[in-house]
Amino acid sequence: MLSFVLRKGMRAGLTVLLLATFTFFVLRMSGDPAVALVGLEATPEAVEAFRRRWGLDQPLWKQYAIYLQQLLSGDFGKSFVGNRPALEVVAERLPKTLWLMGVTAVVTLAIGIPLGIVAALRRDSWIDRLAIGVSVAGLSLPNFVVGVLLILLFGVALMLLPTTGSETAWHFILPVATMATGDAAVFARFARSAMLDVLNQPFMRTASAKGLDRRGAVLRHAVPNAAIPLVTVFGLYVGRIIVGAVITENVFAWPGVGSLLVLSVETRDLAVVQTIVILVGITMVLTNISIDFAYRWLDPRTAEERTHG
Amino acid sequence: MADTASISTSAALARRFWQSSSPAVRLSLLWILAMVAVAAFADWIAPFDYTAMDLRNRLAPPVWMERGSWAHPLGTDDIGRDVLSRVIYSIRLSLFVALLGTLIGAAIGTSIGFLAARFRGWVDDLVTTAIDFQSALPFFILALATLAFLGNNFVIFVAVMGVYGWERYARIVRGMALAAQAQGYAVALRTLGASPARIYAAHILPNIASAIIVNMTLNFPETVLLETSLSFLGIGIQPPMTSLGNMVGFGRDYLLTAWWIAVSPAVVIFLTTLAFSLIGDWLRDRLDPTVKAR
Repeated sequence: MLSFVLRKGMRAGLTVLLLATFTFFVLRMSGDPAVALVGLEATPEAVEAFRRRWGLDQPLWKQYAIYLQQLLSGDFGKSFVGNRPALEVVAERLPKTLWLMGVTAVVTLAIGIPLGIVAALRRDSWIDRLAIGVSVAGLSLPNFVVGVLLILLFGVALMLLPTTGSETAWHFILPVATMATGDAAVFARFARSAMLDVLNQPFMRTASAKGLDRRGAVLRHAVPNAAIPLVTVFGLYVGRIIVGAVITENVFAWPGVGSLLVLSVETRDLAVVQTIVILVGITMVLTNISIDFAYRWLDPRTAEERTHG
Repeated sequence: MADTASISTSAALARRFWQSSSPAVRLSLLWILAMVAVAAFADWIAPFDYTAMDLRNRLAPPVWMERGSWAHPLGTDDIGRDVLSRVIYSIRLSLFVALLGTLIGAAIGTSIGFLAARFRGWVDDLVTTAIDFQSALPFFILALATLAFLGNNFVIFVAVMGVYGWERYARIVRGMALAAQAQGYAVALRTLGASPARIYAAHILPNIASAIIVNMTLNFPETVLLETSLSFLGIGIQPPMTSLGNMVGFGRDYLLTAWWIAVSPAVVIFLTTLAFSLIGDWLRDRLDPTVKAR
């Protein structure tokens, strides 16, 4: 167990380190970061002062070491806007985004997984066909198209729902629907195929042979086993929902990290972009670690295989 | 004799292949063909140049609405540019960028996969670590960061599209090349003294091409989505060039007064990516024996 934790921890650390290295070198490939960061209109003295202050007159390896040291101590550089720490600028936007993603994830799972289970139990029924059809469309419909069409229908034509901002609970409906529609269908599809696999297992036959009714067999034996492959899907989903939030926030003018990211890319507020990228990286790494642990907990067989194999 | 036999079997194979397709897949193929034709003949089909302005006909609605006319069948935008012509040229650019991106990605990923399989050792470790790194992070975020850091122009943008998905090609190719080079034909070629480059390019590549092609058909619509999403956010294709994504992005500001600016390209994006994923699913079921259709 200890070696497993160590190995996973090292892998995670390596990924974040690689990401930090990536942002460091790409930023420096872009030409003189001092000019990029201070702006083209800045005086030579200002550029020189900036260079000294950020250690850009040092050799590259030393800059890299300083950069890593700063990251480790939580210093992500300064945003142009108000010359405030980039981390602070991102942090104050974070709650809005976490709310949006949290509500969306709950809605997605609460619709997708039961739908997939029902689709598997009633294979080839209309509900099964509907789930598969919507999931194909869901994977191929980009969020911004869904969002724009929802605004047209509920905001412009019916004038039922607010389409910009995040003040009330009503504001959640369209962004959440934008992100959840396709993803719920994708979860339904995976839940369905996981259930179909499990339903054909010998232990399901045993369960009915020992007199367990269908409902009990499905809930006690099929669903927990079908949950295992779904955990992996959830890992992919975290990446999807982050990207989805970036796009959806921009469609609905949701004042979160996603809007901030696009704004910062446009204004080339590089410290903020870098902070968000590294935070996303840390989130993904933590997600993957949690999934590995969830896997071991749900299916002890994988742990055996890994330690012995 | 042998030749005619192989021709008739390949014709029979193609026929069986066609018969295995559902009506939805056939419609999808038809739609894609239409899109390719539109892209190829954009200069002949489009009634106007995509930058031509008709200032007296700004925000004209499509032909089936009141005030609509056949002069601009899908209406005009805020500065009187013909939406139909812009959609046609956008299809061309979006498909071109996605095609370029897919080809570059396949070339990069295949080469890296071959390198890992050929040299093993630390090269293989490096490649595997890079693959894990790439697949652990959402590419969209990395693309945004790269475009922010490097600035955006057409060449950089296409390069970013090209990098997208390389890790999937590399993983597939690495695995298949490792398996292939242990097989009799590769061993025989090595014994005969063929150079590694020749073995990989002329003998192993054709044997694993179907897996690469399947991955390309899956990668292509994803590249379309990536390009249109970035362009929608204003970080992709820059004006005066026009892509389906940035048409929707600009049209978003006119949803209240002129919905047709955003809806026409949005519908094209939807139908095109849908058609590609239907075809991709179908091809994967047919060509990849390891995936069973559910």
